[in-house]
Amino acid sequence: MEPFTRLKGLVAPLNRTNVNTDEITPARFLKTISRTGFAQALFANWRYLGDDKTPNPDFVLNQPRYQGATILLAGDNFGCGSSREHAPWAIREYGFRCVIAPSFADIFYNNCFNNGILPVTLPEPTVLELFKEVEATEGYELEVDLEAQTVTTPDGRVFQFPIDPFRKQAMLQGLDNIGWTLSHLDEIQAYEERRRQEAPWVFSIR
Amino acid sequence: MPKSMFEKIWEAHVVRDVPGESTILYIDRHLVHEATSPQAFAGLKAAGRKVRRPDATIAVLDHNVPTLQVRGRRVLELVDQASALCITTMEQNAREFGITLFDMNDERQGIVHIIGPEQGLTLPGMTIVCGDSHTSTHGAVGALAFGIGTSEIEHVLATQCLLQKKPRSMNIRIEGSLGPGITAKDIALYMIGRLGTGVGTGHVVEFSGSAVRSLSMEGRMTLCNMAIEAGARAGMVAPDETTFAYLKGRPFAPKGALFEQAVEAWKQLPSDPGAHFDTVHEINIDGLAPQVTWGTNPGMVVDVTGCVPDPADEPDPQKRLAYERALQYMGLEPGQKITDIRIDTVFIGSCTNSRLEDLRLAAQIVKGRHVAPGVRALVVPGSMQVRRMAEEEGLADIFREAGFEWRAAGCSMCIAMNGDRLSEGERCASTSNRNFEGRQGKGGRTHLVSPPMAAAAAIAGHFVDIRDF
Repeated sequence: MEPFTRLKGLVAPLNRTNVNTDEITPARFLKTISRTGFAQALFANWRYLGDDKTPNPDFVLNQPRYQGATILLAGDNFGCGSSREHAPWAIREYGFRCVIAPSFADIFYNNCFNNGILPVTLPEPTVLELFKEVEATEGYELEVDLEAQTVTTPDGRVFQFPIDPFRKQAMLQGLDNIGWTLSHLDEIQAYEERRRQEAPWVFSIR
Repeated sequence: MPKSMFEKIWEAHVVRDVPGESTILYIDRHLVHEATSPQAFAGLKAAGRKVRRPDATIAVLDHNVPTLQVRGRRVLELVDQASALCITTMEQNAREFGITLFDMNDERQGIVHIIGPEQGLTLPGMTIVCGDSHTSTHGAVGALAFGIGTSEIEHVLATQCLLQKKPRSMNIRIEGSLGPGITAKDIALYMIGRLGTGVGTGHVVEFSGSAVRSLSMEGRMTLCNMAIEAGARAGMVAPDETTFAYLKGRPFAPKGALFEQAVEAWKQLPSDPGAHFDTVHEINIDGLAPQVTWGTNPGMVVDVTGCVPDPADEPDPQKRLAYERALQYMGLEPGQKITDIRIDTVFIGSCTNSRLEDLRLAAQIVKGRHVAPGVRALVVPGSMQVRRMAEEEGLADIFREAGFEWRAAGCSMCIAMNGDRLSEGERCASTSNRNFEGRQGKGGRTHLVSPPMAAAAAIAGHFVDIRDF
């Protein structure tokens, strides 16, 4: 897993609620066996005019002032719907390393951690305030510090965000989750033996 | 101390729970399909890892499969090259890792969330995962079932476990009784409209109450299927005699004495009286009208007797903006009567509503009538077994004679990956689960309804209240 420690970067605002993963990466871009090549798929139905190529000048990410943004500011319940990990793949490949929103859908939230994207939850009034500031100030940057669990504004205001302590450590170190679980293989085997006795029908699949 | 069903299942699957660490949770069943798994198998191979429990892993082709057939068989030429590659890659991975695959010409093939319960792969008390958000469906048998991402698929393939933070618990009590023609789909849509698309975030939801108890297994699956549209990772219904009767004799379910032993254990699963839930909601569905979505998320829903809402009446500015955008996308005007909305297409299918009961309800409406001129109407059974049974019962003939296309099983127009899709501006009455922008095809406009409501819309060419149809 790609580690995340600290990031200072340009913020792009997507002021919509309930942005779902079908909107983040439409299903036609899922027809692949590859884990890469999704940068162009990001928000494709909003980003392009008709042909998946010609940029839609009205879409916020196409505005010159947001080019090179690494932090996406989003509305409530971001990433809802389909479990497709293609959504965080597209977000990461486009260049975002952090998404800030009042809330995230569960599966998307989990998927972010597995792809080096830090999902930051801040209270809705704070996020709405940040939307106003981003839109009012060209070149608006935020500083995100995972170790300290803080988001700092250009004028020095500091917002604390919650995060699960294990996930935080995993992200700071870029932990191999699968390797970590496999380091507890003896416990998995012991569980299986015990469970096979208690609930044999679970194991009698064929 | 009294425990909820969720707590009982969770505790029975904890492999390791140490403060400061994520819990290692054991997974009993891993269902796999071709759309989200290729990268997981590739990761496994790159790391030189094996599938830990091929016997507990079942694969099926559903998202990309054609729903048309050539001389009774499905062939790759019916889909584009990209879909074909997803299909052949799944076949190759299943062979290489020794996983049972229901391929597109297997008589057990169908949508992963239809075939799990149908084959008895999905049992009470289990932990079940799949790289698909509608895995919540399987909770209908009293299991803890939830969708995961591709990295997590790889994790389960390699370890048969997941790293989890324990979710909170929610009880949604649904009281009252359904009128004629009103279904679990109407309950689900009404619930999401009332409680919101994010109400279940961070929670596992148990559906309880008199209305849930009287639902068939099919109805419970529809309700749990839509739990994800309320933001819940998982939905569940306590197992009871309805559940046991449904599971008995299913191909992969335990047999004989082992089944009896399992039933005794399953009877201990329901939440104890007085069990704690972090959040509780109550809904009454007496007098519930058929529900129709008008917007671009399942919470944007009204009674069929109602009208498209006016964003100007919405006090919350964020919501007002969302309503305005939705009306623009959907091509609707505030105040327009729902029954005045004309449709181009009808899709009866998806993991929400493509079981035999759904097709029976739709066929009852269709029988002796004909699809309205200019309307394209599809029935895509959830599995080849459902299709076969519907043919034996004469349902297929009813649909065909009425002018519906009768297809082979798959996800089809719910996700529009296999070529079955809406074109720009095309308006669809759909029994699926998501009315998101572009979900059924770029620019397509989706209205979510129950199977009888979709059937009636096909006949009339616009939405109608099935209570006076």
